[in-house]
Amino acid sequence: MSKPGYTIAVTGLNAIDSPGPGVSVIRALREAASFEVKIIGLSYEALEPGIYMHQLVDKTYQVPYPSAGTEALLSRLEYIHSKETLDLIIPNFDAELFPYIRIEGKLSSLGIKTFLPEMEQFEERHKMNLPEFGEKYGFNVPDSINIFQSAELNKVNEKFSFPVLVKGKYYDAYVAYNMDQTMSYYNKITAKWGLPVVIQEFVHGAEFNVTGLGDGFGNTISCVPMRKQYITDKGKAWGGITISDPRIIELTHQFLGKTKWRGGFELELMKDKENQFYILEINPRIPAWIYLAVGAGQNIPEALVNMAMGKDVKPFDSYETGKMFIRYAWDMIVELNEFQQISMNGEL
Amino acid sequence: MKIKKNIAISDSGFIFNPETGESYTANILAVKMLDLIKDGKERDEIFNNIMEDYSVELETLERDYNDFLSMLQRFQLVQDHE
Repeated sequence: MSKPGYTIAVTGLNAIDSPGPGVSVIRALREAASFEVKIIGLSYEALEPGIYMHQLVDKTYQVPYPSAGTEALLSRLEYIHSKETLDLIIPNFDAELFPYIRIEGKLSSLGIKTFLPEMEQFEERHKMNLPEFGEKYGFNVPDSINIFQSAELNKVNEKFSFPVLVKGKYYDAYVAYNMDQTMSYYNKITAKWGLPVVIQEFVHGAEFNVTGLGDGFGNTISCVPMRKQYITDKGKAWGGITISDPRIIELTHQFLGKTKWRGGFELELMKDKENQFYILEINPRIPAWIYLAVGAGQNIPEALVNMAMGKDVKPFDSYETGKMFIRYAWDMIVELNEFQQISMNGEL
Repeated sequence: MKIKKNIAISDSGFIFNPETGESYTANILAVKMLDLIKDGKERDEIFNNIMEDYSVELETLERDYNDFLSMLQRFQLVQDHE
């Protein structure tokens, strides 16, 4: 029996030092055993490396930034759909999730599938709402406060002892060891990501990450924990290894069981000196290191596509422990006319 | 004292803890000690075995052995105390 063929649009083609997950997701989809794919890249900037990886991406279209609003995004996607007849879109940025969840129904009416968390699930796990999330579901989370204006920064001294984490709404996190640094990072983050800025208790310990896939009914379809072995100055994993701590796997089952999360996700965890796990962040999408999960035996993007297509997907029951990934940088040679095409026409 | 069952120890002395993702390198003597502990040998048996192959005072060996066990505990490679 021949495999079905799907046209799948993927964002997050910025395979840079703080990489978007798109290129890793596409590698996983290219290796899917259960279907063939045509990959449509959705980019924001003309220099996103994935645009020029023609062995992975068949065609790329630029799309408007999430800040342009859902109407602009939908209009562009309708155009792309008219050209490519998309079966599915996999958005890979935190900031994209909100508009994509909002237009999910409209995309569905066009025949374009997604497999995203519900708006309530997406909102309640937001780092601004993490303390309430922890209390509601019974998870250990660090204490945090949201700062909406610099005058409120005096709360930091009242509530926390240094160091503290200063976090942007969607991206960026800095460790501040005193009030001056807190103020400096606050200004840096607000200039880039706006308000609020989240001040989070710093939990000392060892950091772990887990990625997986929930079916939306409380079941774990996939779960692969990883320990970062090599961390960049931006805190991103440049190398990592799959691990088998049963408490992390149990925590993931609880997360999915209690929230009934639908879609891919990443939990950022910290194990403190008393061996207690804290959830530092819940990222509502597939992480950039997803290809490690594929290498360890769980092709999460493939499973996500099959679930979006309404197929019966059996939960993965194993993965290989001790499997590593090591990221590397690669200089591609790009012809000027390709750069010109994507810059001028928004398509390549 | 028991080495955790899932700890992987290669002949070359590479130790991997799959629960935490930590890895360590051990020298020949440490690998020999680990193998003897894994085989369930008692303390005296371990000392006799090592003193057959190495020229070492019992007092020195006891001190080094105790240090080694403390290190295994600190790295969470053992199940419980002796």
